[in-house]
Amino acid sequence: MSNLHDLYQEILLEHNNRPRNFRKLEDANRQADGYNPLCGDQITLYLKVEEDVITDVAFQGVGCAISRASASMLTQSVKGQSLEKAEEIFDGFHALITDPDADVDYDVLGDLEVLSGVSAFPTRIKCAVLAWHTLNAAIEGKEDSVTTE
Amino acid sequence: MSTSANTFDVAGIREDFPILKELVNGKPLVYLDNAATTQKPQAVIDALVNYYVTENSNVHRGVHTLSQKATDAYEGAREKVRQFINAEDDKEIIFVRGTTEGINLVAQTYGRANIVAGDEIIVTAMEHHSNIVPWQILCEEKGAHLKVIPISDDGELLMDEFEKLLSPRTRFVSVVHQSNALGTINPVEQIVEMAHARDIPVMLDGAQAVAHVPIDVQRIGCDFYAFSGHKLYGPTGVGVLYGRAELLDAMPPYQGGGEMIRSVTFEKTLYNVIPNKYEAGTQNIAGSVGLGAAIDYVSSVGMDNIAAYEKELLAYGTERLSEIEIVRLIGTARHKGSILSFVMENAHPHDVGTILDAEGIAVRTGHHCAQPLMDRYGVPATVRASLSFYNTREEIDTLVKGIDRVIEVFSR
Repeated sequence: MSNLHDLYQEILLEHNNRPRNFRKLEDANRQADGYNPLCGDQITLYLKVEEDVITDVAFQGVGCAISRASASMLTQSVKGQSLEKAEEIFDGFHALITDPDADVDYDVLGDLEVLSGVSAFPTRIKCAVLAWHTLNAAIEGKEDSVTTE
Repeated sequence: MSTSANTFDVAGIREDFPILKELVNGKPLVYLDNAATTQKPQAVIDALVNYYVTENSNVHRGVHTLSQKATDAYEGAREKVRQFINAEDDKEIIFVRGTTEGINLVAQTYGRANIVAGDEIIVTAMEHHSNIVPWQILCEEKGAHLKVIPISDDGELLMDEFEKLLSPRTRFVSVVHQSNALGTINPVEQIVEMAHARDIPVMLDGAQAVAHVPIDVQRIGCDFYAFSGHKLYGPTGVGVLYGRAELLDAMPPYQGGGEMIRSVTFEKTLYNVIPNKYEAGTQNIAGSVGLGAAIDYVSSVGMDNIAAYEKELLAYGTERLSEIEIVRLIGTARHKGSILSFVMENAHPHDVGTILDAEGIAVRTGHHCAQPLMDRYGVPATVRASLSFYNTREEIDTLVKGIDRVIEVFSR
């Protein structure tokens, strides 16, 4: 039961209820769609990239609390960051949710730390990473929809 | 055995299913995912073990004793299936891997031989992907069209619309008997009657129905009926395609190989008679024997008793879930099997499933391989509690407590 509390922490629920940057980004110059066929979670991620810096980011879509909160926190953490830094955050985040013993730099992750509880729920890791794979696709300019499968 | 829930010996039945004693996350298992697969009674587990311990051999054409024993067990299982669904002849019973293969077999044999460009195939809005995609593949290959019978908000087929869809180009109708996502039991006899009035053959997807209502393929009058063993308390990897002998005889073979031939030369091969014609290669012999044992088991409980008990359990579950304000039931047909599909106002099904699992409750969450149906209801997914005759009112109470827990977590 304590695992459940670690998973559904207050900050996570708060991001689920009031997701940040939850809108269409009208002047986006990159965007990608992500889809989790297992549960039907779907996300569109919008980026505005200027001189290798993510100057604005937003998302839309439907999904569970974990995928929604993860996407919301993603937008906060990569906004204003260089593409290189965004990749570094992704790597740290990925280690955080897949390996409970990983040596992660919490300063880089900020609020994302609350998603560490996901590591105890292997069936939910895909929910947490959906937005991140979609971010990668948007950065790389992939046209096909990303899936977690 | 009485048909009243008060005297139905559910405690005794639970003793027959060893897995029901398991703890999950430290809590007694509350298994409410029976529409995905059912648990297996000891009798089925014993039948599998006994087959491998005392009878294992390859079937047909063996002169040695074990081969004869295995053949008797395998063909005995076929006869049990025949009786269970009241087919006229056991040659109309073809063992396949499951419902999905049964439907694909018909699409790839009957379908490819009979459907041409411009023809129409009718399915319903509540089909599982396995009764959509095989027909789409066929339609794509032949230039035929898939037509869909719409449903009401309650999840009932709009029969007037079906009437309108039946056209001079309609060549086949394939309909689910009981919906896996809604529980709706469709008026299959009426559907068959309407289609047959125009000489259109009908296939029924019986994956769900077979475990919940007595099946009589002759009374229904359908041309094909497919189901899976594992949803009927039998092993995975074995299922049944029933087909009327006249059609099976006329159709081209499905897969080529051993067993399905009468004679082979490099110039020409003559095919075996049915059912062997459709059973190329060594079949799932042990699985078929296990399915036979499962049929013996449910028959000893009585399909009528099972249906009556599950009906009462469904009524209780419907009543309890309806009391929870933020729960919305998806699928409220008048005639339905024991499936409670629902969504909650502020919690996504996936989160509900995780929280229930922490309480030892196994439910399925997602689109239930019925994405067009989810679109129809405007939901990305549902939570589905699917009940069996080994479930109890107390387990429904545990589910309701689990939902209270979801509400508690999400109202923080």
